[in-house]
Amino acid sequence: MDITGMTAVELGKRIQKRELSAVDAVKAYLAQIDQVEALVHGFVTVDREGAVKRAETVQKKIDDGTLAGPLAGVPAAIKDNLCTKGMLTTCSSRILENFKPTFTAEAVKRLENAGAVVIGKTNMDEFAMGSTTETSYFGVTRNPWDLEHVPGGSSGGSCAAVAAEECPYALGSDTGGSIRQPSSFCGVVGIKPTYGTVSRYGLIAYGSSLDQIGPIAKDVTDCAVILETLAACDRKDSTSMPRENYDFRGALVDDVKGMKIGIPQDYFIEGLDKEVKEHILRAAAVLKEKGAAVEEFDLSLVQYAIPAYYVIASAEASSNLSRFDGVKYGYRTSEYEGLHQMYKKSRSEGFGAEVKRRIMLGSFVLSSGYYDAYYLKALRTKALIKQAFDKAFEKYDVILAPAAPTTAPELGASLNDPLKMYLGDIYTISVNLAGLPGISIPVGTDSKGLPVGMQIIASCFDEAKLFRAAYAYEQTKAYERPRLVKETRKERRER
Amino acid sequence: MANKISDEVIEYVSILAKLELTEQEKKDAKADMEKMLDYIDTLNELDTDGIEPVSHVFPVHNVFRDDIVLNGDGSGDTLANAPLEKDNSFKVPKTIG
Amino acid sequence: MAKQYETVIGLEVHVELATKTKIFCSCSTQFGGAPNTHTCPVCTGMPGSLPVLNRQVVEYAMAIGLAANCEITRVCKFDRKNYFYPDNPQNYQISQLYLPIARNGYVEIGTGGTRKRVRIHEMHMEEDAGKLVHDEWDDTSLVDYNRSGVPLVEIVSEPDMRSADEVIAYLEKLRMIIQYLGASDCKLQEGSMRADVNLSVRETGAKEFGTRTEMKNLNSFKAIARAIEGERNRQIELLSEGKKVIQETRRWDDNKEASYAMRSKEDAQDYRYFPDPDLVPIIISDEWIERVKRNQPELRDEKLKRYKKEFDIPQYDAEIITASRHMAELFERASALCGKPKKVSNWLMVETMRLLKEKNMEPEELAFSPENLAGLIELAENGTINSSVAKEVFEKIFTDNVNPVEYTEKHGLKTVNDEKELLKVLEKVIAENPQAVVDYRGGKEKALGALVGQTMKAMKGKANPGMVNKKLREILQ
Repeated sequence: MDITGMTAVELGKRIQKRELSAVDAVKAYLAQIDQVEALVHGFVTVDREGAVKRAETVQKKIDDGTLAGPLAGVPAAIKDNLCTKGMLTTCSSRILENFKPTFTAEAVKRLENAGAVVIGKTNMDEFAMGSTTETSYFGVTRNPWDLEHVPGGSSGGSCAAVAAEECPYALGSDTGGSIRQPSSFCGVVGIKPTYGTVSRYGLIAYGSSLDQIGPIAKDVTDCAVILETLAACDRKDSTSMPRENYDFRGALVDDVKGMKIGIPQDYFIEGLDKEVKEHILRAAAVLKEKGAAVEEFDLSLVQYAIPAYYVIASAEASSNLSRFDGVKYGYRTSEYEGLHQMYKKSRSEGFGAEVKRRIMLGSFVLSSGYYDAYYLKALRTKALIKQAFDKAFEKYDVILAPAAPTTAPELGASLNDPLKMYLGDIYTISVNLAGLPGISIPVGTDSKGLPVGMQIIASCFDEAKLFRAAYAYEQTKAYERPRLVKETRKERRER
Repeated sequence: MANKISDEVIEYVSILAKLELTEQEKKDAKADMEKMLDYIDTLNELDTDGIEPVSHVFPVHNVFRDDIVLNGDGSGDTLANAPLEKDNSFKVPKTIG
Repeated sequence: MAKQYETVIGLEVHVELATKTKIFCSCSTQFGGAPNTHTCPVCTGMPGSLPVLNRQVVEYAMAIGLAANCEITRVCKFDRKNYFYPDNPQNYQISQLYLPIARNGYVEIGTGGTRKRVRIHEMHMEEDAGKLVHDEWDDTSLVDYNRSGVPLVEIVSEPDMRSADEVIAYLEKLRMIIQYLGASDCKLQEGSMRADVNLSVRETGAKEFGTRTEMKNLNSFKAIARAIEGERNRQIELLSEGKKVIQETRRWDDNKEASYAMRSKEDAQDYRYFPDPDLVPIIISDEWIERVKRNQPELRDEKLKRYKKEFDIPQYDAEIITASRHMAELFERASALCGKPKKVSNWLMVETMRLLKEKNMEPEELAFSPENLAGLIELAENGTINSSVAKEVFEKIFTDNVNPVEYTEKHGLKTVNDEKELLKVLEKVIAENPQAVVDYRGGKEKALGALVGQTMKAMKGKANPGMVNKKLREILQ
């Protein structure tokens, strides 16, 4: 049985039918990890013993009938900025290299209640700041499609682990595209839900007003099922919102007849890779053929999303990350004289370059005399961007866009020019500013053999529309595996 | 309208941010910040007069808890990750001289 | 001739609210407790934790705002105040800057017969910091987060005060209002009420304010008065030497009666306030304000007016009694029970005050019931016990809240009204004190007093002194 080749939902079904046990499932994934992890490095922590033990407990509950959901017994990987009680949670930062939370994030808890078996914690850009997973203190993650390329970021570890079949699905977090862009680079499906859909309690904050947790998996069905498990109004998160509709599986119908789809012209100008553009337009044509009304339109304000984002996210980050000071948890420098030196040395040694860059920028834009000119200006811009989307959604059910301007760049090609790296988030960032849901689904590979992702954006709380469009497209195209995975499967068969 | 960041500003911001930067890092920070601020200044092309700055895009308000004690002794968990601890408290360099 | 200076003072008063739980988590606010026992991930700034606002904090803050004649801000928000210090676990304090809960109020104060208004600039909600204990042995500090997250209201006045007397009158007025509302116990010593003094001086008659300093660490009215005096003198001295006052925060050391600047190179005092993205706005409706108003107890000024109308007691007594909400309640309930407000007032004004002073207690700490006070008054009024016995019984009520009827019964303290028994004793007293008898008959009125005293003594105080007096006169006529 090809356990690691299954989707989470298929795997869950087989477990319910007693065709295999939760322990078989977790052991198959651990074997795959043994085979590819040294190459991919998708994880910061793999909890081998804990995962097997947990699978045994879950199996007992499946056997006595207390756990019967679609995710019961199915392994999962968790991005390392989500707290897991007693399990190392580092945000891929030296400053949390030894941190073991005393509570589990609400999102993870909801998965565990549904019978998930947490297999480990995935690598990421340090504190989710970056687009390549190269800013991790624990080393880079490589793209399973081509190990010389980055997996994207910041949820690069989660996406690479799913693509490399080290886990059937993973949780990521998305502040400016951190689920959708690496999903695109790794050829998997990842969704950032409407802000407030998944509780942020236990997510170590980067930009609190933009952060949202979401699933990454092999297909749209998995994402819908996992999101149904994650979504809930949580009283521990004041920004969590009750919604009328928690049924996402119901939206999985292969029918887009009459659906109105908008394509923002201003997303398809310079800076967008030609091959990526062709793939997206081809995918749009597929949906049109299936009966959707596809139309180009002017979204406007596109060029202002990134500067507004960097002001807001950096400002919030500068404050969110001030708690890491060597007093209560995490790294404390070994030698210091006096309190302030202890603070400064612990933080300077504990944080990497990109994190320090954003803390400096964020502290500056909030400092006396600049608050109005930068911070308030950015918040006003955010309001305008939201208005532009509201206007678009008066006309369209969903918007189609690239997830990133290019396919995955080579390792080391992005970090030397931060601004250039930031520009790579142009199609994803405005979705966070406006609080909208967005999904990235694979639509093909470029001439280098690297995946291209298409982003589908819907209005707030309209995840159902987004799932419908994504599902309908997905029916036209078989899931593609990276060469690395094909090879390991072949090896296994031969053995 | 290129932004110029002085050494003093970098010094001041690193005091606010509690970061100790090396000479090279200071140089880089200056260059990075000037470049980013120039880029951020493109926002000035936008007319935002009369636009309410929004920190949350949704109209959620009045989220409250009831005034009921639910937590017991949390000291074990609170101190579980303490780098230095004494007498059930976090130990830090002396705060007042 | 030396220049004359005027002192200009504004106050920032922090009051710890009397909620059961902290402002953003469900930990207890109880004072004391072993270090870090009243803590959770939220009030210790654990990564991933999020704040959720305690509704009662908003209601108390609204109540204080309304009682201090403020406008309630209909859409108010929380902001983060960013600064590094170990007692502040997140290294930002959740507070309010841009849209505080209340603004533009005032309270009336009276000093030396004059009345004036002290305007309130704004009032905001925020979280308290933890506690630092300094270990002198190894040059370290120990951090305890039990107090971290206890709700505070900060009340910022306009610079309307001109003397230490006015400052203390203002603080007493605030304390009275807040205690009446039940929103805080306002104990300066325990830190549930704290005041920072902003002070500047200017030449008398000048229009512009001088440069002000902020004085912290003032934990008694006396310390506040001394600090005001000290800072006023320091500033005048600087100015008369031609030097300048520097705008700074200073820490008052009450033992040394001196202050020193707290500022260092590492404290830039640039708090980078911005709206806290983890919390949502509070929208306050008319209905909510009305509900808070309806639930508000009668405040002192209203009580005073009502006492004047309802009870026939001197204005001075009414002021003393209503100075404490607890004492006022004792008064009202005891009066209703026995129907003799004047007597109740007397017991509170004389014996109660005397014992409070003797035992160094606050009126809020009075532990006896209005039923027992009313019962005692009835016993005294219907002659069951005489006035000296009544005082003795009252002491027992004051300390142990005894039931006066049972107590007098048990200890045999009832006045003896039996004439036969009295006559027996009188005969004996007269026989034993021939000189006094001669003196009285000789016109010395005083001698009778001695005989009454001897009789009372012989009867262990249980006689009715009026009756003893009358009988003696009859016998010795």
